[in-house]
Amino acid sequence: MKQISFVSGKGGTGKSTLVASLSLLVQEKMLADCDVDAPNLHILLDHQVLVMEDYHGAREAVIDPGMCVKCGRCKEVCRFNAVNDIFEIIPMHCEGCGACTLVCPAGAIRLETVKTGQTYVAQTERGTFAHALLDIGAEGSGKLVTEVRKKLDQFQKDEKWVLIDGSPGIGCVVIASITGASAVVAVAEPTKSGLSDLERVLGVARHFGIPGLVCINKFDLNPEITAEIENFCNNNGFLVIGKIPYDPAVMKALQEFKTPLEAGNRRFAMEIENLWKKLEWEVGREE
Amino acid sequence: MRLAVLSGKGGTGKTTVSASLALALDSCQYIDCDVEEPNGAIFLKPELQERYEVKVPVPEVDPAKCNGCGNCARACQFHALAVIKDKALLFAEICHHCGACQLSCPTGAIHEADRVIGVVEADARGSFLHGRLNIGEPVSIPIIRELKRRVQNGLPVILDCPPGASCSVVQAIGGCDYCILVTEPTPFGLHDLKIAVALVKKMKLPGGVIINKAMNNQQMIQEFCQENGIEVLLETPFSREIAENYSRGILPVQADPAWISRLQEVYSQVERSVKK
Repeated sequence: MKQISFVSGKGGTGKSTLVASLSLLVQEKMLADCDVDAPNLHILLDHQVLVMEDYHGAREAVIDPGMCVKCGRCKEVCRFNAVNDIFEIIPMHCEGCGACTLVCPAGAIRLETVKTGQTYVAQTERGTFAHALLDIGAEGSGKLVTEVRKKLDQFQKDEKWVLIDGSPGIGCVVIASITGASAVVAVAEPTKSGLSDLERVLGVARHFGIPGLVCINKFDLNPEITAEIENFCNNNGFLVIGKIPYDPAVMKALQEFKTPLEAGNRRFAMEIENLWKKLEWEVGREE
Repeated sequence: MRLAVLSGKGGTGKTTVSASLALALDSCQYIDCDVEEPNGAIFLKPELQERYEVKVPVPEVDPAKCNGCGNCARACQFHALAVIKDKALLFAEICHHCGACQLSCPTGAIHEADRVIGVVEADARGSFLHGRLNIGEPVSIPIIRELKRRVQNGLPVILDCPPGASCSVVQAIGGCDYCILVTEPTPFGLHDLKIAVALVKKMKLPGGVIINKAMNNQQMIQEFCQENGIEVLLETPFSREIAENYSRGILPVQADPAWISRLQEVYSQVERSVKK
């Protein structure tokens, strides 16, 4: 089974639209939405949740006020300013490192596990689909991503592919979304910021030794920067596998909760088919 | 006044709004807190003169003093330390720099050494600041913290935040006076706006919404805002021209001066809300 992770660096370049569209085209696959902060793929997928589970991905210190001797050692060692003046833990600040528990002379502090989100495994007509929702402002989004991928693995039958809808950025969530993938597909728009962000996210793929492929979305919005992206890719060993034209109809389709494919956008459909052919061939070749 | 610009969903126009506000206001401090993918400099073109490495303390184990007891590995809640065959092994990238390992070591074998995870850069007056996380590093929060240490008092401060709603956004918007939530009128935009609204409510911060890329379909966002008592500060149209300008690094305020007064009005409205 091959896992393909769709990332972008910059947000809003069309990852979820692309993955939802591919889900109509690619056979024998599972789907995962690993953008746990702001998941969107479920909006485009008709799905029925099979399993929903709470995920406890962090810890938090709790001070027992009855046992606390108010010596202030916890406040001294806490590097996250998570202990207030009356020796209570400020949950939003606490990283759950437990340094306070190590120094408390009264044994008044313990670490408790905290729920950081929920995972969902759902059935769709297009295959099994896992996603998650991080609790508002919670820690440990990278761990939740790893959990989503683990959950999906438990439902694996003999699918050939896992399409992973990643998140923007280059940090822990992105790293957790691409670890162990056969390839990373970076979706980029031909803008100055798009190019800068693409270079960084492909740098992350390379850092972890994962082949990087590129899809340029709305490529005709700025032909010069599209050429710049292609040059960058040529010179650095990243293959451009797709160029999708700018089309306001895509936005209109999304407003009706449809992928451009379902809305009957022929040109979009053709580009996506070509993209998948190239991707399949490239990933096969990497072996 | 400290003003945070966030969105939940990526690519809705946070940087466009933040950088446009920075240009429309006579004097302010712009801080790009999206240290994973900073883009403010592309539009504001600052002359960067200051550069500071952001360092975090990570443990170093003195093998001569280490007795291989494994206390440090047990104390580390992030599994950044392992003790294998009486030797401590550090996975520096996942270290949270909390110092628990040092506190747990019975032989004083652990001290801390600096490790560089990124940079903070600024112009000469400190009115433009951004940070950059190094490739392959997972944890951006220390860089955001470093940026926020340089907030100047007495000026309007605009904090261009990362996408999402996790701990890095919490770090970026903490201590702000007002949050501008940028959204777009798609099911994705609305879904993620709800998440952003829940975050600012949880942090008890006041906020208002800017609807970008509106194409006469923004009722669903307007209705949501009305139901939740959130003011809509501005609507900008869906336009190929704006998108093309953006692609070249040109903001609406640079292409059409009418946008300057619109953004100044947004700022005044925010000021009035904060005073209330």
